[in-house]
Amino acid sequence: MATPAEGAWADSSRDGTWGMKYKTKEEGGYSVLELEGDVDLSCSPDARKQILQCLEKGRHLLVDLSAVSYIDSSGVASLVEGYQTAKKRALKFGLVGVSIAAMNVLQLARLDKVFPIHSSVAERLQADG
Amino acid sequence: MQARLSPQSLLELRIPSKADRLCLVRVLVRRAAEEARCSKELTERLVVAVNEACMNVIQHAYKGNGDGEMVLEIINNGAQLVFRLKDFAEPVDLNKVKPRELEDIRPGGLGVHFIREIMDDWHLGHLEAGAGNILEMTKKIDGDPR
Repeated sequence: MATPAEGAWADSSRDGTWGMKYKTKEEGGYSVLELEGDVDLSCSPDARKQILQCLEKGRHLLVDLSAVSYIDSSGVASLVEGYQTAKKRALKFGLVGVSIAAMNVLQLARLDKVFPIHSSVAERLQADG
Repeated sequence: MQARLSPQSLLELRIPSKADRLCLVRVLVRRAAEEARCSKELTERLVVAVNEACMNVIQHAYKGNGDGEMVLEIINNGAQLVFRLKDFAEPVDLNKVKPRELEDIRPGGLGVHFIREIMDDWHLGHLEAGAGNILEMTKKIDGDPR
């Protein structure tokens, strides 16, 4: 799947009704990847690709999960891979606006204490000082 | 895809081993748990566990081959929901299917952990004559069971 223009939604769903949409924007020195919908095995490879592409460009990355209605372990694995890749490259990585559905799964995986999590991009920028 | 309802069996669903079918599984599991009067919180956790079980079949039993099939049965026995998931792939090595240590932060390997955390009981075995695998998961209904 081609990388969408900044700020434009790309559709990772099979038929446009179920699945995941995503878009990227730049804010405060970060790339912000916004995911929307169900991040499951059918579209987590796209989420992983977008996360790694941002990091390969040497950008600090925040993943916005505020519009994620469901995430499974394959989606969580994409986030873990991003977190580890960022660490290796000395880049900043974090999650923002984590939805209740996504937080429940992160807590099940005991990853809610591993990822840097903030309520919004603005809060993260404030925390960065 | 075929689905049918009966008084004891809430659902029997035959689905292809394809990732893009998981969304339908989640919708139907959610509906079955609601029908059994599970709480909203438990319903969402059951959706997670069954989705992970189906993912394991797709990724590990069928190794990503979408030509396989799996059969999900959900039974309300009055006090518990029983989820039975059969596949017809090569029998898996049962010793290799176990939850991993979460202190080891790495991608993957969380599915069995989710199932263990959410379900009261789970058991993976082989179908007769090496015909495939069967996972049975049980969870007490936390609301007002029918």
